[in-house]
Amino acid sequence: MERLLDAMTILSIVLMLVILYSVRRSHIRVEYSVSWLAAAIILLVLSRAPGALNWIAAQLGLTYPPLALMMLVFCVFLVVIYRFSVVISDLKDGNIAMAQRLAIVEFQLQNRNEEQ
Amino acid sequence: MRPASGPNQLLILIPAFNEAGAISEVIREVRQLMPKTPVLVVDDASKDSTYDRARAAGADVLRLPHHLGLGGCVQAGYKLAFELGYEYVIRVDGDGQHDPKFIPDLLKVLRQTGCHMVIGSRFYQNNGAHTSTARAIGIWIFRMVLRPILGQPVLDPTSGFVGVNREALQTFTGSFPLEYPEIEALVVLQRKRFRFQEVPVQMRRRKAGRSTITAVKSVYYVIHVLLGVFVNVLKFEGRRRKE
Repeated sequence: MERLLDAMTILSIVLMLVILYSVRRSHIRVEYSVSWLAAAIILLVLSRAPGALNWIAAQLGLTYPPLALMMLVFCVFLVVIYRFSVVISDLKDGNIAMAQRLAIVEFQLQNRNEEQ
Repeated sequence: MRPASGPNQLLILIPAFNEAGAISEVIREVRQLMPKTPVLVVDDASKDSTYDRARAAGADVLRLPHHLGLGGCVQAGYKLAFELGYEYVIRVDGDGQHDPKFIPDLLKVLRQTGCHMVIGSRFYQNNGAHTSTARAIGIWIFRMVLRPILGQPVLDPTSGFVGVNREALQTFTGSFPLEYPEIEALVVLQRKRFRFQEVPVQMRRRKAGRSTITAVKSVYYVIHVLLGVFVNVLKFEGRRRKE
């Protein structure tokens, strides 16, 4: 249990550093880094608070607290992935509308040039 | 291509992706049959010479900057047709499967009945259509699922040989399914309580190229379309409740 929590602490710190580095290098936009940073902070807090983890495990009826940690990790990343699916869908809709608009404007410009 | 010069103007829309082998012949056939009707090819960023051949055959070509898939391609054509003021748009596929000689039949029904969409149906009035077993099973499933949703039977829900009037055109400029749009488009129309009608046509074998729906994709196709129909019905029910 102790080792698992330590590993989780290191993982969450590494995740935070990677995200902050990526934001600094403009690989990730600030608004999309928030989900990842929130996930990393939740993991960090849980991994440093075994009491809280034990309480959550008891509430869920789990006799093995690391299982509760794994479940929480899974849920946190599920939320992050869902959020990104929404963002990707939105981007795709915008991209299609923009491509169609660009094609129509180009078409009309070409028509006008041919008429002159 | 000029804006529609008067009321009741028809535009022939040909979505095409890598159809260099067939597109010239399709355009030639359409122009021979209806010389005064404008023909718009929407080139979905083909990698072959579809664009050049379509231009050389005398069609206007709307060229998409990158590949959008059939739904995005058709919707781009619908948007342009709507902006240019066309009253009717009939879609003919660029692979030569749709025989343009049936275009007047589709147009006649659109004009005379006032329905919002006409579907060129290979199975209507038993006109001797034959299709692969896998496709026949898929079509049967779609018929069964669509019957209660649409409130009327549809024999050829996967047909892309369709005509729409301006009201449907306006709806589709705002909302049009992206992948495999034919079936979901019917549900979109149903949401607006629009009417559709089938018209008997005969379809030919494609002149060149390959179908976008391969054997491997067919299972994905059925699942994807059924899911799309389900989601559209949920939207429909949600709207009904709000009303």
